[in-house]
Amino acid sequence: MDKTQLLLGLAVSLFALGLLGVIVRRNVLVMLMCLELMLNGVILSLVTFAYQTATTVGAVLVFLVFVVATAEIALAIPIVLLLVREKRTLNLDAYNELKG
Amino acid sequence: MIDTLLQSLDTLLLVAFSLCALVGAALMLVLRQPMRVAIALISTMIFLGGIYGLLGVHFIAAFQVLIYVGAVMLFMVYVIMLLEVREATEAPYSRLLWPGLAGFVLLVGTIGISIWRGAPPPAAVADGTTFGISRFSVSFLNEYWLHFELTSVLLLAAVVAAVAVIKVSRKADSKRRHG
Repeated sequence: MDKTQLLLGLAVSLFALGLLGVIVRRNVLVMLMCLELMLNGVILSLVTFAYQTATTVGAVLVFLVFVVATAEIALAIPIVLLLVREKRTLNLDAYNELKG
Repeated sequence: MIDTLLQSLDTLLLVAFSLCALVGAALMLVLRQPMRVAIALISTMIFLGGIYGLLGVHFIAAFQVLIYVGAVMLFMVYVIMLLEVREATEAPYSRLLWPGLAGFVLLVGTIGISIWRGAPPPAAVADGTTFGISRFSVSFLNEYWLHFELTSVLLLAAVVAAVAVIKVSRKADSKRRHG
């Protein structure tokens, strides 16, 4: 098992743990943090491939993902604040008004 | 002699950082309080930054710490302190716990086996200048300037959306006050 395989395995594990967190946790803030964990897994895989092929494409993509992650969190947090002010809870099960 | 020692130290550190990052990520699912989850995520991100540093991608390591830990997670910690909604009595996990676990095992198993089996192509020679900031910046602004400009459009859209969210919240406030 070489370095690349170890890092790719770690990236997959981080992504899957984040996905599991988004599915099983009920706290909205914790779910947001699990989304960040998934993004971190993807970034790790990009860096690993950039390292393996010795190109800068992966690093450029990582930069763009940083921007997307920052914009995402800057938008998601006000929405969460709004929801909490409306419902007085962080539990996702309370936000079921859009359910068909 | 010293070279092999340094190389094995490098590998040892890489494995240790990977394990620590994995433990931090697993703790995120187990811990109950959002603040502790945030601390676990911050430690995971810092260990990932250490891994990037070991790989020689120093500027991404720096930005991981500056942007993720410094900006995003600080924002998150502030919001957790601001909200302070305590609900320890409710069930911590959703009804989808077992299907989620099954999906997790399936995902990690499938991709893990394919990574394990696939013989990695021989690593290209990544010398000191490969991930230097000068080469990165030249290729960033020569080849990928369009993507760079597109992110500025994305940021503008995010600003507009944040203003819209504030407007919605003000409207809801005034409605609550008058009716």
